[in-house]
Amino acid sequence: MLDAFGQPQSIVVLGGTSDIAGAVVDRLCARRCRTVVLAGRDPARLRDAAARATRAGATQLSEVVFDAREVTAAGTTVDRCFDAAGDVDVVLLAVGVLSGRDNELDAAHAADVAAVTYAWPVAAATRAAARLVDQGYGRLVVLSSVAAVRVRRANFVYASAKAGLDAFALELADTVRASGVTVQVIRPGFVRTKMTAGLPAAPFATTPAAVADAVVTGLATTDTVIWVPQALRWVFGVLTLLPTAIWKRLPG
Amino acid sequence: MVEPRSREELRHLLDATGPRVDTSSIIARGLGRSYGDAAQCAGGRVVRLQGSPHIGAVDANTGTIDVEAGVSLDALMRHTLMRGWFVPVTPGTRQVTVGGALAADVHGKNHHRDGSICAHVESLTLESPAGTFEVGPERDPELFWATAGGMGLTGVITRATLRLLPVETDRMVVDTDRFDDLDAVMAAMEEGDDRYRYSVAWVDCTAGSRAGRAVLTRGDHARREDLGPVRRRPGARGSSGLPATRLGVPHRLPLHPLNGATIRAFNEAWYRRAPRQRRDEIQPLGRFFHPLDGVADWNRLYGPRGFVQYQFVVGPTDGALVRRAIELFSSRALPSFLAVLKRFGPGDPGPLSFPMAGWTLAVDLPVGPELLPRTLDELDELVAGAGGRVYLAKDARLRPELLAAMYPRAGDLARTRRRVDPAGILRSDLSRRLSID
Ligand SMILES: Cc1cc2nc3c(=O)[nH]c(=O)nc-3n(C[C@H](O)[C@H](O)[C@H](O)COP(=O)(O)OP(=O)(O)OC[C@H]3O[C@@H](n4cnc5c(N)ncnc54)[C@H](O)[C@@H]3O)c2cc1C
Ligand SMILES: NC(=O)c1ccc[n+]([C@@H]2O[C@H](COP(=O)([O-])OP(=O)(O)OC[C@H]3O[C@@H](n4cnc5c(N)ncnc54)[C@H](OP(=O)(O)O)[C@@H]3O)[C@@H](O)[C@H]2O)c1
Repeated sequence: MLDAFGQPQSIVVLGGTSDIAGAVVDRLCARRCRTVVLAGRDPARLRDAAARATRAGATQLSEVVFDAREVTAAGTTVDRCFDAAGDVDVVLLAVGVLSGRDNELDAAHAADVAAVTYAWPVAAATRAAARLVDQGYGRLVVLSSVAAVRVRRANFVYASAKAGLDAFALELADTVRASGVTVQVIRPGFVRTKMTAGLPAAPFATTPAAVADAVVTGLATTDTVIWVPQALRWVFGVLTLLPTAIWKRLPG
Repeated sequence: MVEPRSREELRHLLDATGPRVDTSSIIARGLGRSYGDAAQCAGGRVVRLQGSPHIGAVDANTGTIDVEAGVSLDALMRHTLMRGWFVPVTPGTRQVTVGGALAADVHGKNHHRDGSICAHVESLTLESPAGTFEVGPERDPELFWATAGGMGLTGVITRATLRLLPVETDRMVVDTDRFDDLDAVMAAMEEGDDRYRYSVAWVDCTAGSRAGRAVLTRGDHARREDLGPVRRRPGARGSSGLPATRLGVPHRLPLHPLNGATIRAFNEAWYRRAPRQRRDEIQPLGRFFHPLDGVADWNRLYGPRGFVQYQFVVGPTDGALVRRAIELFSSRALPSFLAVLKRFGPGDPGPLSFPMAGWTLAVDLPVGPELLPRTLDELDELVAGAGGRVYLAKDARLRPELLAAMYPRAGDLARTRRRVDPAGILRSDLSRRLSID
């Protein structure tokens, strides 16, 4: 169950090998979380993530293997996670792949990014929300990105997928609100993780630890959107108003 | 939420074996005044007894009354006071049901003398999945005590026979003392509580160096001669000593009306308002027992994120832990409003019943400060280490690992539960969170 501070005793992590998710699980297990279900594509890395969760205090571990390019299997994957967990207090959706400038016109790459960053997360979030509604309570946390707020050329396939996912999640939040289930959208700026390895850091760059802190404190609130760092909320408030010609000339 | 209209409907809801059964979790709810998740059951069913307005007569020979469990203590008090009887135990609000009061084995300002409410129960009727049980301290004591303080986890209490307290008036005779520090008030309570039926101290947990200053109020029911020439019978001229709720809190309050500064100001005013010492003041019952019931929806004062209540008890020689708790709240600037300190007498045999001999401190803490969850976790460890416990009726955040240390007889409850609820359908969010089987 969730306690008075929104702290879970059980979590399902879709994208269980994500650097950001790992930092979240560390913190939750240091508090109340004991049951952890990690879903990911690579069994070896999943085992490492499970070992890390155990060190943090988890006592009931399960691993579920899936590939997010298989969009139609998303519902089944989520069901396996729920069935392994029992009561699920929090679902963290952290699956995604970044696109770059090297293969902007590669259709197969675009299809993969769109599937992994948009289509699979949408299908999985839908199933997770339905399971939480059945259960009568729970929180779905969706890792979106500031990239969703104004799409940039540098990673526009990824960013447009995040824009779609972000918009979807906000409506999903409204759809389930009356049932006692809550959906929270996290919008981090540039985070130094394996996803961004080798890329030059953008302004307001942050760390998985800082994002995880924001997720954990966010659990105590009913805020629908959480920006990390918080200042980005105001920065993007302004950036979204910039004329396109100026927006295009901004560095990063 | 389901409201059965008859005993048959209630039995049907609890039936976990027949054909066509809904075996989802089920738990009883009274007036929902427990602060935590004890009367909630996400995804399951919450049973509310339809409060029947009918309250039977007091048996003048035995001083007992038969009441339905859905009746509020407020209604019961209004009914019995007119006839010269008072409820044996009343918590800090009258807006609780008899069922909820028994399920939490509630305590009042008279615990040091009279114990908690289940010490004043002759018998009760319990509807469980396995059947209907008539129990009391002599009749099936195992099930009676598992139900007393059992947080609804043995079934739905539908009726009880309570022993009442005879009173001559609807007034209280009250002594008030103000103390500059915690040691002084605790010494005064140890020394003098036994001379009063009711005793409780309010302690300031906010004000840095002034943390620990306290206002102690103690009293007894006024006798007729205490009131002087205007002899007041209970309920004379329509008065029952219980005011109707007044002073509503406006709906549209600014976000955090009770922040550190307003709480400090409130505590300052509360302390200043109290006389250094006053003797034999005559007060209406409502003001003495239920000052908060005068403010409708007072808990909205805490803003939309609400607050947590933290109440613990430690043994008579562990008073230092009370000091430690107050130091932690004040040094970490965790604003707290209305910290209440009281001495308990011996507890009763209920495996989940909260009271035990010693010191109890209850605080209201607005949710928000980042240090709050960790601070309460630290206090839990200290309390459990000292053989104390936290009050489950107010809990919404205890770490499940500590339950067994705090309630070492919780295992007895599990055995009784298997007897009356073999399929394990009686569950609440509290029992799920703390893994109470
Ligand atoms: C302002 C305030 C002051 C308070 N002061 C005190 C105090 O001084 N001392 C004290 O002991 N407590 C105090 N409390 C706590 C309160 O007395 C208890 O939480 C009490 O149980 C609430 O009763 P309720 O009818 O609202 O029950 P609920 O909150 O609805 O339920 C409480 C528990 O009782 C169970 N329950 C309810 N009805 C039944 C039934 N018919 N059969 C079986 N189980 C049932 C529920 O399942 C749940 O576990 C205070 C609460 C408030 C809000
Ligand atoms: N890093 C940033 O700057 C940043 C900023 C804003 C938002 N985010 C978002 O935060 C989330 C977590 O990202 P992160 O930074 O922690 O990076 P990450 O470690 O790369 O996490 C991405 C997760 O998605 C999984 N994944 C990728 N492709 C998959 C596939 N085909 N099938 C199944 N799983 C697949 C990854 O699995 P593997 O471990 O096996 O690769 C990993 O678990 C992502 O949604 C990301 O978009 C990141």
